[in-house]
Amino acid sequence: MTTSPPETLPIRTSDDVVVVRQQVRARAVQAGLGLVDQTKVVTAASELARNTLDYGGGGAVTLTLIDDGIKRGVRLVFEDHGPGIPDLQLALKDGYTTGTGLGLGLSGAKRLSNEFFVESTVGVGTRVTIARWK
Amino acid sequence: MDRIPILKLGDALLVTIQVDMHDRLATALEDDLTNKIVKHNAHGVLIDISALEIVDSFIGRMLDNIAAVSRVLDAETVVVGMRPAVAITLVELGLSLAGVKTALNVERGMALIQRHHVLEQGADDDIAS
Repeated sequence: MTTSPPETLPIRTSDDVVVVRQQVRARAVQAGLGLVDQTKVVTAASELARNTLDYGGGGAVTLTLIDDGIKRGVRLVFEDHGPGIPDLQLALKDGYTTGTGLGLGLSGAKRLSNEFFVESTVGVGTRVTIARWK
Repeated sequence: MDRIPILKLGDALLVTIQVDMHDRLATALEDDLTNKIVKHNAHGVLIDISALEIVDSFIGRMLDNIAAVSRVLDAETVVVGMRPAVAITLVELGLSLAGVKTALNVERGMALIQRHHVLEQGADDDIAS
């Protein structure tokens, strides 16, 4: 059950990543997450937004406030229509990168989230879904 | 273009990061800092991140780079003022900031830089004598 309409934000520029962080923070506060949990989900969002931008060639994120009747949280879906990830297992390994980063984006975001799901098709794009519950 | 101000504090440089960093700003800061280390003959760089609500791997890499370049220029980098929630998140993210020294606040960071400098000078004197 969701308690407010999902919101979709574009990720086209470095400045968009800043906006994503701010909006994720606002949603996390709305969901009643504590400061540490807010920080974790905003950091995960920052990593994934940067991946969307750097590796996916840009895309969008959809933010949803979630409520299962007992607890609340935030769900974020990052989508791009970039080259896709040929080897997901490898991409999820700490320190693995095809770019110039530290290779902590996906694996780090996974550790910072309560739910984590990646779908990727080469030549079609990538969708990463994470959730953080209160 | 925006730039992050770099202040001279004794024989160290103080940088206070207060805005959301993006790529260009990070690159400009690395450039400016290395130039100022040489220009002011600085022995240390204090980076105050107490205003930062998150540190992601992008910022982490910037801090690591600054520390590495500063070290080559004989200046010690100390990151100060990290918020507790940021520290918890950084560790879970997998960032150890292995090449970066940290201190709770600017005063303690400054003390760390001065102590390091005195030790280095002591070592130099040993070699000279």
